[in-house]
Amino acid sequence: MTEAANAITLTGIWKRFPGVVANSDVNLAIKAGTIHAVVGENGAGKSTLMKILYGMQKPDQGTIKIRGEITQFNSPAEAIATGIGMVHQHFMLAENFTALENIILGDEPRSGLNLDLNSAKLRLTDLANRYGLEVPFDRYVSDLGVGLRQRLEILKVLFRGANILILDEPTAVLVPQEVDELFSALRDLRSEGITTIFISHKLDEVLAIADSITVMRAGTTVTTVNPLQEATTPETLAELMVGSELPSPQTNQDTVTDRVVLYVENLTLSSGTGKNILDGISLGIHAGEILGIAGIEGNGQAELVDALLGINSAVGKIEYLGVDISGWKTRKRREGGIAFIPEDRSRQGLLLEAPLWENRMLGHQTERPNAKKFLLDPVGAKSDTSRIVAEYDVRTPNIEVAASALSGGNQQKLIVGREMSGNPKLLIAAHPTRGVDVGAQAAIWEHIRTARANGLAVLLISADLDELIGLSDKIAVLLRGRIVAQVDPSTITPISLGSAMTGVSS
Amino acid sequence: MLLSITRVLTGANDLTSTGTMSAAFGLAVPIGLAGLGGLWSERAGVANIGLEGMMILGTFGAGLAGWQYGVWAGLITAIIFGAVGGLLFGLATVTFGVDQIVAGTAINILGLGLTQFLAKLLFTTAPGGGATQSPPIFGMLPAISIPVISDPLTSLQEKSWFLVSDVAGVVSGLFYQLSLLTIITVILFMLTKWILWHTAFGLRLRSAGENPWAAESLGIKVNLYKYFAVTMSGGLAGLAGAYLAIVATGVYRGGQTAGRGYIGLATMIFGNWRPGGTAVGATVFGYIDTLQLRDDANIRGLVLFGSLLILSLAGFIFKSGRRNTALAFLILGVVLGMAFLSTSVFPPEVAQIAPYLTTLIVLATAAQRLRPPSADGIPYRKGDHS
Amino acid sequence: MSVKRIGDTLLAPILALIIALIVTSAILLAFGADIAEVFGAMWSYGTRPNSIVLILNLATAYYLSAVAVAIGFKMNLFNIGVNGQYLLGAMVAAAVAGQLSLPGIISLPITILVAMLVGAGWAGIAAWLKVSRGVSEVISTIMLNFIALGIISYTIIRTGIGKDIAVNVRGTKLIPESGWMPGFKIPGAANEVYGFTLVAVAIGVGYWFLLNRTTFGFDLRASGMSPSAASASGVNSRRMTVYTMLISGAIAGLVALPDLLGDSHTYTLNFPSGFGFTGIAIALIGRNNPIGIAFGALLWGFLDTTSAQLDLIGVPQEIVTILQGVTVLAVVIAYEIARRNKIREQQQEVGRALTEKSNIL
Repeated sequence: MTEAANAITLTGIWKRFPGVVANSDVNLAIKAGTIHAVVGENGAGKSTLMKILYGMQKPDQGTIKIRGEITQFNSPAEAIATGIGMVHQHFMLAENFTALENIILGDEPRSGLNLDLNSAKLRLTDLANRYGLEVPFDRYVSDLGVGLRQRLEILKVLFRGANILILDEPTAVLVPQEVDELFSALRDLRSEGITTIFISHKLDEVLAIADSITVMRAGTTVTTVNPLQEATTPETLAELMVGSELPSPQTNQDTVTDRVVLYVENLTLSSGTGKNILDGISLGIHAGEILGIAGIEGNGQAELVDALLGINSAVGKIEYLGVDISGWKTRKRREGGIAFIPEDRSRQGLLLEAPLWENRMLGHQTERPNAKKFLLDPVGAKSDTSRIVAEYDVRTPNIEVAASALSGGNQQKLIVGREMSGNPKLLIAAHPTRGVDVGAQAAIWEHIRTARANGLAVLLISADLDELIGLSDKIAVLLRGRIVAQVDPSTITPISLGSAMTGVSS
Repeated sequence: MLLSITRVLTGANDLTSTGTMSAAFGLAVPIGLAGLGGLWSERAGVANIGLEGMMILGTFGAGLAGWQYGVWAGLITAIIFGAVGGLLFGLATVTFGVDQIVAGTAINILGLGLTQFLAKLLFTTAPGGGATQSPPIFGMLPAISIPVISDPLTSLQEKSWFLVSDVAGVVSGLFYQLSLLTIITVILFMLTKWILWHTAFGLRLRSAGENPWAAESLGIKVNLYKYFAVTMSGGLAGLAGAYLAIVATGVYRGGQTAGRGYIGLATMIFGNWRPGGTAVGATVFGYIDTLQLRDDANIRGLVLFGSLLILSLAGFIFKSGRRNTALAFLILGVVLGMAFLSTSVFPPEVAQIAPYLTTLIVLATAAQRLRPPSADGIPYRKGDHS
Repeated sequence: MSVKRIGDTLLAPILALIIALIVTSAILLAFGADIAEVFGAMWSYGTRPNSIVLILNLATAYYLSAVAVAIGFKMNLFNIGVNGQYLLGAMVAAAVAGQLSLPGIISLPITILVAMLVGAGWAGIAAWLKVSRGVSEVISTIMLNFIALGIISYTIIRTGIGKDIAVNVRGTKLIPESGWMPGFKIPGAANEVYGFTLVAVAIGVGYWFLLNRTTFGFDLRASGMSPSAASASGVNSRRMTVYTMLISGAIAGLVALPDLLGDSHTYTLNFPSGFGFTGIAIALIGRNNPIGIAFGALLWGFLDTTSAQLDLIGVPQEIVTILQGVTVLAVVIAYEIARRNKIREQQQEVGRALTEKSNIL
């Protein structure tokens, strides 16, 4: 196998940031005209590696060879020029521009001084038809759904003559039909000689589409497997990703009582465009019970959380400890014992510029030990912060540093510690161990389990199926704003749960 | 149409006279230029409230060069001074990432202080000048009248026929004593529309204001476009100042701008961040601005006009379903109407505050249906992947 | 607050001041003035006891204005309308006080209350526009400033509230002596420091206390730092906006009272009308910190009082305005740089501490 036949060869790549080594000794060879997947957990170093490939970061050490030639990228523009095109996980689209304008931005065809939109449309219509990536070019992006937006992103890079595509978690927000359409487009692209790098943590999908799979763990490449030649299952891949047996958060004893802590009936949130984001959701959680909500991101989980907290304008009955709290404002709900571990900690869970002890107060700034009535109690808050830091193993030099200085995992630990204090009755936990290392993950699970044994009711939303299955007493599957299935975790497997989440009937 | 009714009811003939209309279009120019400046800046994602300071710099530049070297020197100096203000603003916000409102306020303070200082230093001993005023600017910018159009229309207007005369007044005012600068302004508006919406340069600049991270990922040098935009913004504000100094009054005078930089921002919002809408808004505000200079009868007319306008707006809003807002407008309209009916003489202060009150009312009504650039006012740092 | 924190707070403004001094000196040199003479004249005049009194009195008004602005800043609200709020507040308070002939114990609090209510009400208009119609408070407060000027002008000139106080001067009815606020003397000075200065100090303390020791203050600061996190923690953002603007306006209403109650005893159209913008500048310089603001207010007071001397030596006193403008710009830039450095430093510190710990393990 000559190197020239490799579209990309990475040798010995290292990248460090203050406080963390993102990539260490990464070696990767991608054959031209194939679909090559890169899998790994959160924090395994995949995104950093892709940023390096795309010219947004420069490696501290190591070489990059494109089609056998050593190359250095100083900017995305240079990467684009060598034929590399990146489709980001979070789309980079201007909402108030049309699809066409988004595609041609930066590479606009002109006639004289004017934009030549017609010739652009011609070229793009041809491209779109070839690969089954049709998109309405004159509509504003704000009117387009997720699947179309992704096509837009792919067309963006193809328009610039990319022959190496990097797709970052492309199926994270797609429904099954859209995933099929995407894969079919990828196969068409492959038959025209285009190389695709497919980053994902959805192991079953990866096995369905990829010609070869590279596993990354803790910043380095572990191994590359060829699924056609060697028998590979999601489990073996998962083991390679984690490097050890998956921690199984089994909850053994039955601590479910018959006291209903949370009862929700017919919760609905309309989006103003006719579709309901939450569509008549009903559920109930008892004290000592963990209800897991399974579902692909974007099916209403965030809105469900916001509705329970009183942040959005969903309507329906919400009963907490027997009392109708639908009219309660957020403050009253928090003070009443509803704890919240947010999915996006920097947006809803922390004041990044404030010191840790002030962050400890966030969400509980009217309760002890943070405050007495209307006055804050810094002494009480500080000493309690020290307690949390010790108990939850938050790695920090002291409690006066700003929250932004901590790593994501330690920020999460602080938040978990904060929310578990104060004797909550209901915990709403959205992806509570996202971005947390394995050891800390186990510790957090233990804390949740202990609280559960003491009567805490938990609403657990997670994309980590093992976490979901291991911790929950019962699981509800959320799809397009409705609960479509209720599952018993003791009898379900990750694969069948995944099918329910994607709407595939088994 | 409403204006016509008002005029007939109050006998305030000046409401749509050629003179008033001409002055209205005239005062629309500095407001419109300021609004256009704001548009350039905000389309690139930088909220520029330092326009007032840049305009002040412009008036000063016009006075400084104008009295010694004539109008064209004054014009160019004004633009340069304003552009430098814009550049400084860009330095603070784009390179150093200072909050845009804070930086804008700092520019306003600096602009005011600098011009006050230099005016005192340089103009006190100059002939015809004073501590807060420059000597008269030498020469005048050419102004054209098109008698073929404006004369017959003016006589038509003087006949005071309902509606016909008023329209005649508007059109003839447009062509009466049309300053060169006004023509330049119209050209600038059209140029802006073409550049920003029909060229690649404009697309990229607007992308900086919609999603700079997307633009960056496509290899666009976002900061460069932002710098260009704020400098352009400052230059336009400077030009607005030049108009005030050269055409409107003939001198630099402290306090000349009277908040028109902010009113310009309001017209930009009113115009939904588009040149066409901004021009319309500027004309409306310019019209209201002129009435300050007219006499009591016209002020009464203005109040009635305002009342009728608000009442009809109330009708529209009611139809579109927003009951509470419509009610508020109804009350406001009735109040104004009663005020009109109860007094026969209005204090000049009413006209004095009219432009600002109008701005508030316009902003209050228009706020909902607007489409500002998505990343307007949001700080952007290169490499800050969202 | 630890000494280090105070030091950190003052570091950037002092640095910025030095930069501004350099720039100003350059301008002075360009116009042929003698730097030593200029600064010397200012310093010698400024350190005389009479001058110190003037400086303190001026600084009091500036301080109040800056605190009003700072409260807004802490919630990311820009109350540019302090000018209109304090002028209206002063006029109404003066008119009311002129009618009262009650002993000071009663009339003074009433006067103060009236001023605060008017200021709060005027700011409240902008607040209402923001939460109900989404109008940016930056523009609405500026518009309200101009409208306030019109209202005041109308009231003084054309209604019975304005009376002829002196030749060519119309103002509100003179406040009877019972409504005056006594001042106090400092050694060596012929004039008195306004009694209101003590009120201003109390307000400064109150500001610090409100922001850092009450749950309301926590909510306010959280809203300014991260509206989404504040909402999740239970803060009602619309109410918070309104409350903050009302408090800001209330304090703004007081800005003219030191002068009104201690010296002029009537509201005339000659009342100094730019204190609102000064307040913004000082709040920026002092970084919304009560001690930083005090420093800024005193500095500004010093500069403004001593600048009158400059005319006597042939330098336009507006050079001081340039100094002030450059200082503001330099401070905001310096703070931004300092903030970014601090974040980077902290991240490195944490990284170091962690590697140390793991090395030990």
